[in-house]
Amino acid sequence: MLRIVNGRVYDPANGVDGEVRDVCIADGRIVADVAPEAGRIDARGMAVMPGGVDMHCHIAGSKVNLARKLQPEDHRDDVLARTAVTRSGVGGTVPSTFTTGYRYAMLGYTTAMEAAVPPIFARHTLEELHDTPIIDKGFYALMGNNVLLFKLLEKGRREEFRNAVAWLLCASKAYTAKLVNPGGDEAWKGRRNANVTQLDEKIESFDLTPRQVIGALIEAVDELGLPHPAHIHCNNLGHSGNFETTLETMRIADGHRAHITHIQFHSYGQVAGKSSSEPTSKAREIADYVNAHPNISADVGQVMFGKATAMTADAPLGYMLSRLTKGKWINADAEHESGCGIVPFTYQDRVYTHALQWAIGLELFLMAKDPWRMVLSTDHPNGGSFMSYPKLIRLLMDREFRKQEMAKINPRALRQTALADGLDREYTMSEIAIITRAGPARLLGLARKGHLGVGADADITIYEEQDDKETMFATPRYVIKDGQLIIEDHEIRADHEGRVLHVAPEHDPAIAEVVRAFFEDYYSIRFENYPVDDSYLGKHEQVPTRQQAAAVPTASESSAADH
Amino acid sequence: MSANTRVVRNATCTFCGCVCDDMHLTVDDDTHKIVKAENACVLGRAWFKEHGIEQRPQALIEGREASTEEAIEAAARILADARFPMIYGLSDTTCEAQRQAVAIADMIGGNIDTTTSVCHGPSGMAFQAVGESTATLGEIRNRADLVIFWGGNPAESHPRLFTRYSVTAKGMYIPNGKKDRTVVLVDVRRTPSAAVADIFVQVKPRRDFEVLWALRALVKGRHVDPAIDQLTGVPLATLEDLAARMKACRFGALMFGMGLSMTRGRHFNSGALLALASDLNQYTHFVAKPVRGHGNVTGADNVVSWQTGFPFGVNMSRGYPRFSPGEFTTVDVLSRGEADAALIVAADPGSNFPQAAIDHLRRIPVIVLDPKETHTSRLAKVAITTSTYGINVGGTVYRMDDVPITLRPALPSPYPSDESVLKRIRERVGELIGGKRIPAMERIGVAA
Repeated sequence: MLRIVNGRVYDPANGVDGEVRDVCIADGRIVADVAPEAGRIDARGMAVMPGGVDMHCHIAGSKVNLARKLQPEDHRDDVLARTAVTRSGVGGTVPSTFTTGYRYAMLGYTTAMEAAVPPIFARHTLEELHDTPIIDKGFYALMGNNVLLFKLLEKGRREEFRNAVAWLLCASKAYTAKLVNPGGDEAWKGRRNANVTQLDEKIESFDLTPRQVIGALIEAVDELGLPHPAHIHCNNLGHSGNFETTLETMRIADGHRAHITHIQFHSYGQVAGKSSSEPTSKAREIADYVNAHPNISADVGQVMFGKATAMTADAPLGYMLSRLTKGKWINADAEHESGCGIVPFTYQDRVYTHALQWAIGLELFLMAKDPWRMVLSTDHPNGGSFMSYPKLIRLLMDREFRKQEMAKINPRALRQTALADGLDREYTMSEIAIITRAGPARLLGLARKGHLGVGADADITIYEEQDDKETMFATPRYVIKDGQLIIEDHEIRADHEGRVLHVAPEHDPAIAEVVRAFFEDYYSIRFENYPVDDSYLGKHEQVPTRQQAAAVPTASESSAADH
Repeated sequence: MSANTRVVRNATCTFCGCVCDDMHLTVDDDTHKIVKAENACVLGRAWFKEHGIEQRPQALIEGREASTEEAIEAAARILADARFPMIYGLSDTTCEAQRQAVAIADMIGGNIDTTTSVCHGPSGMAFQAVGESTATLGEIRNRADLVIFWGGNPAESHPRLFTRYSVTAKGMYIPNGKKDRTVVLVDVRRTPSAAVADIFVQVKPRRDFEVLWALRALVKGRHVDPAIDQLTGVPLATLEDLAARMKACRFGALMFGMGLSMTRGRHFNSGALLALASDLNQYTHFVAKPVRGHGNVTGADNVVSWQTGFPFGVNMSRGYPRFSPGEFTTVDVLSRGEADAALIVAADPGSNFPQAAIDHLRRIPVIVLDPKETHTSRLAKVAITTSTYGINVGGTVYRMDDVPITLRPALPSPYPSDESVLKRIRERVGELIGGKRIPAMERIGVAA
């Protein structure tokens, strides 16, 4: 039992904006009141927020481990020694698993979602998540280049398509369907440097277009009632002029919920008449569309100058980046499911394109009318490490600091954007709480996260209020997870196992026979060995679908938490 | 075979890195043996046949029979007292056991290394330098119309690599199996694998790097001196033909073994091959794959990498992971006489390490976990009999292409799993060192 007193509470989901009030914790949850003898934290001069929720990062699994192995030079410079309660590890842009968990916690984050996993590698992701301490976690299963799903869809077998999507989610223990460059990987694996660039072109030998794949997955996920909609990395990421593809993709949703991820990378125009290597900013067009369409949500995918690691299921993109850097490159094809490209990458403020990307990300934040639907991410580690979140927060909250940083970047790039043009907005504490906690939690459909109302998970971060917002958000004084004090006076005091968050949508079990037949013909592992056993979940919580929540009135309150 | 039999379907053979998960095992519960392994190759059949339930002591301490509990206590004391403890092996056990081993190394500030360091370690180093274009085995089976085996003899070491995954197997875009593929074998001598090769290229020993580099040049349209023939034994025309085929194929795969990683050049050889495969993606789709030996060496690479950031040759003595091949790799640590205690799990260095390393193993207290009596267990101070992964005990293993598979054990064993023994050793070591070990370092009189 714990009572946090004297702190300024920022709980935008419940309309609390900096009020000094108590927050009470018992049995891992926020409660209305606790006994007088409960432990106390005096949070005078501090801001109390729900724990951070990162809804798009790359932290666990096959692709992450390849990137981790690739860069020993990053690790040697950034080590974390073991302590009595923590394991040792290494950092850089792709930290080892224990370090990942501790560092998220040390920033005050208590939930993070791995953004892209081919179901055939789900076991690996779950093993790594098991070794990622403290935070609650989950992952999105790649389906936008899934050959079985393509075969069902091209034949118009929509019922079976939907059941197969559900089956894959259950078999892999994923959280939602992820699309990455739909159709592109299938082209890439078949032929030299192939890709798809038009939403209406045929995907290789399939009687199918990216538009159809995107539409079908958006609908299927909606029909299945998943807490988070189809999560989409649009086609043409990084290409000049791609904003058209992004707008068209958002239009495909047609009123259904859809989440467009790292939307900054998809907001580029093109200088008329010039070659495609000269992008411009179309942040205004993209922001306007998202503002006007409440069914669409996005995370920004901000670029931060310095070292990053491009790691993506968009294999053709990985290849393109490797040709730019002329450095080391990993490509990894996953049978029938996906591709993967990994390239170490550094964003430099003097380089036109990088500076433009940085500026576009900020434009999107500053032009967003609804912070609940344009949330914070750097697509860690693609746009930059999650360790850069505090600096990004300062850029959003501190206009003077932003101007200083703007003065350092390529001026021609800056002129392309509205940043120098009176975009003077400063994010408030409440808005920061929305884009880093309350918003992502709501978009993920996690009813007990991202807020401090009674019944919420007691995932709480307490920051010492400071003028320098970067320092403030980089060094929480206290971090509480499931009611346990994990960080006290800036130091980790205890280890903790978080929960794997996953869904198990209802479906017709007969679909298993359709999947089995495909396996027997084409996969190199046995159908019986493909679904992931529950034992890989460890502590976990099955988040209900819309239908499951409706069936049991208190389902949204219950959880399989203490397994 | 008695009448008391049952079948375990879709079990996994972990003898080699093919990790075939389509084993249908017939188990005789009277004789406690696996009497049939449908779909297994000759190696798999031997693997299953030779791992029945043997009558062995639970443990041996200095040659005297002891209980598992006593041995765990003795092992924990050895590790807690050591100043430079090392852990080695791990390629023939589950990921769950590997994780316990890394945890122990972290706790005691030890050295942790796997059989990778005497196998594809150089390929791992090349990977760090160059990256890798690769694919799961199903992609190779379904698409590869050109398959090149270099410095390996899969006919004898990985039979089903040919039959299930890459040569004779039919695939989605390779409906006629071998007829739709061109198979090339490159080696210093003609091995039984040449029987499936359409083209066999014989390279002079220790000249693979020059051949690979010449191929890279030819692929990029550069000039190569015909003297390459004299140097490598391979005529320029052969190389030109090979380079042309590589560029013209639809999907090519280069699969390579110790013939590259363990000869003159080592990581440069692996690096040259990986770079060649990556280069070829300018002309077609091309992948490379190191052919991994033991059933779960890929799992060991993965576990050590995700927990420490580095795949092998890791030392924790400063309280955090450091990676240094040559410094922290086990052959070197032993040959220089640096380790003062060793925990060896699921490996038999006593049978295959250089003499200087084995000599040192005889001088220090060695703990061994193994189902069988081995050269290493015979020189060990503490030898604990454990059960065999994939046969007696379940867990997770990774195939050579990183696909993770859950084992289906067929035969219960009276001996504990590696994981359970390591877990108890870990707990006991934790008690003995008080849960905390900061190395005591003397100040060397340097002004603050």
